[in-house]
Amino acid sequence: MKGATARWQAGGLAILALVVPLTPLVPEFWVTLLILIGLASLTALGLVVLTGMGGMTSFGQAAFVGFAAYTTGLLSTTYGLSPWLGLPAALVVTGLAACALGAITMRLSGHYLPLGTLAWGISIFYIFGNSAFLGGQTGMTGIPPLRLGSFSLIGPRSYYILVWLAVVLSLVATINLLDSRVGRAFRALRNNAIAAEAFGVLTARAKLIVFVYAALLAGVAGWLYAHFQRTLSASAFGAEANIDYLLMAIVGGVGQVFGALLGAGIVIVLKDLLQDMLGRLGMFQDLVFGIMLVGILQYSRDGIWPLLSSWLPPTTPRSIDPAADIERPARAPATSSGPLLALDKARKTFGGLVAVDDVSFNVGHAETVALIGPNGAGKSTLFNLITGVRRASSGRVSFDSASIERLSPQMIARRGIARTFQHVRLVPELSVLENVALGAHTRGHAGVASAVLRLDRAEERRLFAHAARRLERVGLAKEMFRPAGHLSLGQMRLVEVARALCLDPRLLLLDEPAAGLRAAEKKALAKLLRELKGEGMSILVVEHDVDFVMGLADRIVVLDFGKKIAEGLPQEIRVNPLVIEAYLGGVE
Amino acid sequence: MIFWTLVVDGVVNGAIYALLAIGLVLVFVVTRVILLPQGVYMSFAALTLSQFQRGNVPGTAGLLLALGLAAFVIDLLRSRVTRAWLMRRVASDLALPAIMYALVTWLVPLRPNMAIQIVLTLALITPLGPYLYRLAFQPLEQASVLTLLIASVGVHIALTVLGLVFFGPEGFLANPLSSAHFEAAGIVISGQSAIMVAVSLVIMVLLWLLFDRTLIGKAMRAVAVNRVGARLVGIPISQAGEITFALASFIGAVSGVLIAPVSMVYYDTGFLIGLIGFVAAIIGGMGSYPLAVAGAIFVGLLQSFAAFWNSNYQQVVVFTTLIPILLLRSLRAPAVEEDE
Repeated sequence: MKGATARWQAGGLAILALVVPLTPLVPEFWVTLLILIGLASLTALGLVVLTGMGGMTSFGQAAFVGFAAYTTGLLSTTYGLSPWLGLPAALVVTGLAACALGAITMRLSGHYLPLGTLAWGISIFYIFGNSAFLGGQTGMTGIPPLRLGSFSLIGPRSYYILVWLAVVLSLVATINLLDSRVGRAFRALRNNAIAAEAFGVLTARAKLIVFVYAALLAGVAGWLYAHFQRTLSASAFGAEANIDYLLMAIVGGVGQVFGALLGAGIVIVLKDLLQDMLGRLGMFQDLVFGIMLVGILQYSRDGIWPLLSSWLPPTTPRSIDPAADIERPARAPATSSGPLLALDKARKTFGGLVAVDDVSFNVGHAETVALIGPNGAGKSTLFNLITGVRRASSGRVSFDSASIERLSPQMIARRGIARTFQHVRLVPELSVLENVALGAHTRGHAGVASAVLRLDRAEERRLFAHAARRLERVGLAKEMFRPAGHLSLGQMRLVEVARALCLDPRLLLLDEPAAGLRAAEKKALAKLLRELKGEGMSILVVEHDVDFVMGLADRIVVLDFGKKIAEGLPQEIRVNPLVIEAYLGGVE
Repeated sequence: MIFWTLVVDGVVNGAIYALLAIGLVLVFVVTRVILLPQGVYMSFAALTLSQFQRGNVPGTAGLLLALGLAAFVIDLLRSRVTRAWLMRRVASDLALPAIMYALVTWLVPLRPNMAIQIVLTLALITPLGPYLYRLAFQPLEQASVLTLLIASVGVHIALTVLGLVFFGPEGFLANPLSSAHFEAAGIVISGQSAIMVAVSLVIMVLLWLLFDRTLIGKAMRAVAVNRVGARLVGIPISQAGEITFALASFIGAVSGVLIAPVSMVYYDTGFLIGLIGFVAAIIGGMGSYPLAVAGAIFVGLLQSFAAFWNSNYQQVVVFTTLIPILLLRSLRAPAVEEDE
């Protein structure tokens, strides 16, 4: 409980730090600076969620600040509405703009995405600056302040309360969101979108949600900014502002929510200090920033927050309540007596290359089938066809007598096919338990709103109990709370198996599960797979370790150059001349 | 009539964008850096030329000295120092900038002719590329495209400030390269425009020869296709990076010399023009030179017509076109993540 007390102390200090600026101890000038830091950290926070968690970088966040600021500005000047009504209006406009821009840009892959945001960021900046109804080049003036009854929030101290209230609420909401079922899905987007899809995450939708969430944070900042500055000019929402926000996120640390706060603080204070120090040479401040940005990338790529966070008290691991586990509601019993998985002349071509050449075989109920073949035989491509990552060029793939070759990976996951990956795809920063819980994604229903408001705790307890039990089965209960990136390769493979089990699959696809495992671990894995089969699960395994496969599989299918060259019992395959030739080369 | 004038305008602008686009594509395929400062090279070259013509020693001469020294010191701390290394680096990082600086301060007051001014400009701007590569990007060689892009933003901000310091906020126009005029079918084409298009073509042909006919060029192509494989067959990746950056800054400098007489260049002009070159490069998919050139001509024409329609919104039109193109590009790109 020492950790808990330390955290209370840290929390107490934080509250104290927030209250002090309300007293005359802090000069008004610094309070104004704190307001600017609060405003910037809202936008930077959105960028942290988008970049650090979702893996998407935006050079256009300032545009959303602008959308909100101009919306409330326009409504409260030209149309004379109350500034308070400006907030919902600003958020609606920002949200709609984000939906429209996100729907286009979030489809972009790789580095096209940040470039896309750069493009519309510039377009929107020019539109702001050239639209007469937004004040054009000269800008918009005379925006009324916020009022509470007869009291105007004009002085920095009163506005400070409002801004930092918004910051604290946004931080809490973001922390809650990231620690939830949808949050875990977001964090898998960055490097593991395929894994996320294999467990039922609708990645396109998840990306859009992250994008809109980040835009709304910028929108709140824009509304607050408009009624604080009370004049608007397009230059506040241009390329320079975008670069500042990115700088803040990178300097603070794009991997943690508090990085946004720290980054905004450092950049804004530094800007001010540099202005004082350099005076007439104020233009040199950007030189310092530019060099700083490159330096941080070279020497501490995760920003400054990780250097500080080691001083903070550790968080206590979440408690697991084994009783909360939902017992597996039996999957719908087989609707037919046929095989569980059937491939009928499945074919996949890439240009002229035939990767999978009219392959047919079945996997029966509670049967273990091994798929072997030399490197490049098409085994992984075949896995991708079954799980919907790639679409077969021709032929049929059916699961429980229903054709699945046109289904998305998410729909295939929901039918009860789970997989592991040849190249481990875990989220290294998340704990082992959280990684495994991603496998139970389709078992939960809580969305963004219930995550932000913490209405999802009962469901979360169930998911984690479920995940913990699967971890116990693979023998990794002890490692539950370690970051997945700290495990050995063999352990990571077992985590992937546990994650797949979390889906309670009817068919388990394992891509080289024994690679990198020690002898004892292999034995344990073989024992687990036999147990699973005993419980009625069907297993299709790709593996190079022949001893492992021979002792485990009921049947073996051999691929070579995309073609099935043999199929049979392990003892038949062992002596099959075609197989021996494929593996060892021809015998003259 | 107006139509053809706009077309000529568009093609001439397109030639400049094409040069920038080629530089960007070149750097991107070899080093994976999205080089935002490509436009800065252009501004620096244009302003350096203008300063020569006014008899001033441009700040870029000092910048060359400073960057050379910084690259030398930082490499000294990072690398294993051998005699051969020291000889090479002293020559490239200390002697070369010193000689250039001396040459410039000696020649400028003598008011040399245009050809010498241009040669000096190119010689001052080109070495900036490799120095910047070694200072900012080489340590990040293994980083992701995104990290490199952010580093590129950092370099860009720093250089833009230096541009302001060296050249001030005023814009400059250099003397024209040629005062001739041709008339074809009623459309007046200036000699300057003809030179712009011709030089762009020559540069493109030279680059094609370099990549298709020389060993260095082929080595660079190998790095572009497969970095690990290139390294395994003994191609030094960093050296390929340096050469690429030198080519890019050279191309940027040439475009600056070409644009200096036709358009008022400010210290930050390069950013926008660079970004438009960028749009062109992206239309070409950041990987193909002929497509980048086609994209550049397209953007040049688009901009020229958009400016005629409504000059306030010309940039909006140019940058907004990018989005459907990006969309098309990424739909055609493989949907499956590549394994590292």
